[in-house]
Order: sequence, then structure tokens, then C-alpha cells
Amino acid sequence: MPKVRVLAFARLRELLGESREVALAEGATLRDLWSSLLAAEPRLQGLESGMRFACNQRICADERTLCEGDEIALLPPFGGG
Amino acid sequence: MFEIVEAPIDPQAVEAAVRAPACGGIVSFSGVVRESADDGRAVSGLRYEAHAAMARASFAEIADEIRRTMPEVRLAIVHRIGELVVGEIAVVVAAAAPHRADAFAAARFAIDELKERAPIWKEERYRDGARLWIENRCGEMKP
Repeated sequence: MPKVRVLAFARLRELLGESREVALAEGATLRDLWSSLLAAEPRLQGLESGMRFACNQRICADERTLCEGDEIALLPPFGGG
Repeated sequence: MFEIVEAPIDPQAVEAAVRAPACGGIVSFSGVVRESADDGRAVSGLRYEAHAAMARASFAEIADEIRRTMPEVRLAIVHRIGELVVGEIAVVVAAAAPHRADAFAAARFAIDELKERAPIWKEERYRDGARLWIENRCGEMKP
């Protein structure tokens, strides 16, 4: 059961908090992580539009398999500048 | 100099970071909190947050890209996070180059790319008390 650290920002942070640890089944992907967050917090529904994942500070595709200790950042559409 | 800071930004300090004897031109851009939103609503301030490590890395990556075509350009980017009021500086981009054309081009490229690529978020806070997370529209430049 890999445990990962999930960092959330902007409107996702308002629902999930800045940082939380999530335990997932062996072989779980980022998509599975999102499903488990959604099950825990139904108000996330719809917020995946335009959202990207970063795994250990690199943007990556949602089929990526998670490993113990990964830092997963949930990145809503950017608004800097 | 690629930084995410909480304290007010001093544009002269950012400019000083790119100054060099070989560079005859420095272009410095400051993004400032405006009093009205795009839809005309009265803004009281902005709140920014960032994934600081990824944002700094994205600034460095933008600088690397610029140097591929303009190897002599020196770039600095500093973005502020936290709560800002109207008139405060949110971001400073400074580009130095031997000649002005590259300095202007690099500064323009850097601020445009920052808006698309840096993991930074902005919440507009309106005078009427409402708040809204603002998304940059990728690939679209405002005049």
C-alpha cells in the first residue's frame, strides 16, 4: 500500500487542505488517487477540468503509477503574473 | 535570480541582479495589482499562492530557453505571494542583453511564458467582499 503526500493549491486547497497523506492500493495510478479524493470530498467534482498532476515536481500524465513517498501536487489552471 | 517571495519586491534589486558590463540594455517589467477586474468590478486586492519549488524551476527553464536563441541574455524573475493591495507589485521580470532588441524580446517572452507555465494562482478579491480564482487564458495575450 504505497503512501503518497498530496499537495493541493488554490480552490483545490480550499477543499482538501494544503497537504495530506493518502494510502493507495498497490499499482494505483494518479487517476485512482483522484477517484479516492473525489470519494472523500464530492465537492471536487468538476474541478479536474484543466487540472494537471505533478509527481515529484514534474508534470505527468494521469496513468502514472504511484510509488511510496511520492509528492503529488494537484495543479489547477495557473493564474500567475 | 529566480524567486518566490512574501515580502514586497524591489524592482531595482531585480534589475541589479542582471546588470553586467557586457549588457548595454536592461528591460524591466513590473506587474502591478490593478484597481478593476477585466469585467470592470472594483478590486480591493489579490491573493497569490504558488508551488514555490516548481515555480522557481519554471523560471529557470524559461531563462534556459531564452539563452538557446539569445545566449547573452541575463534574466531574473521574482514573483510575490500572499495578500497584495492595489498598486503593489506582484511580479518583476528583468532582462539584460548587449543590445535593446534582445532585452525587450526576452522580457516579453519571459512574462508571457510565466503566465502559461508557472504554478502560481491568483484570487481576486472585490470591494463587495466576493472572491474569485482567476485562470490565465493560455495562448491569448492581452494588449
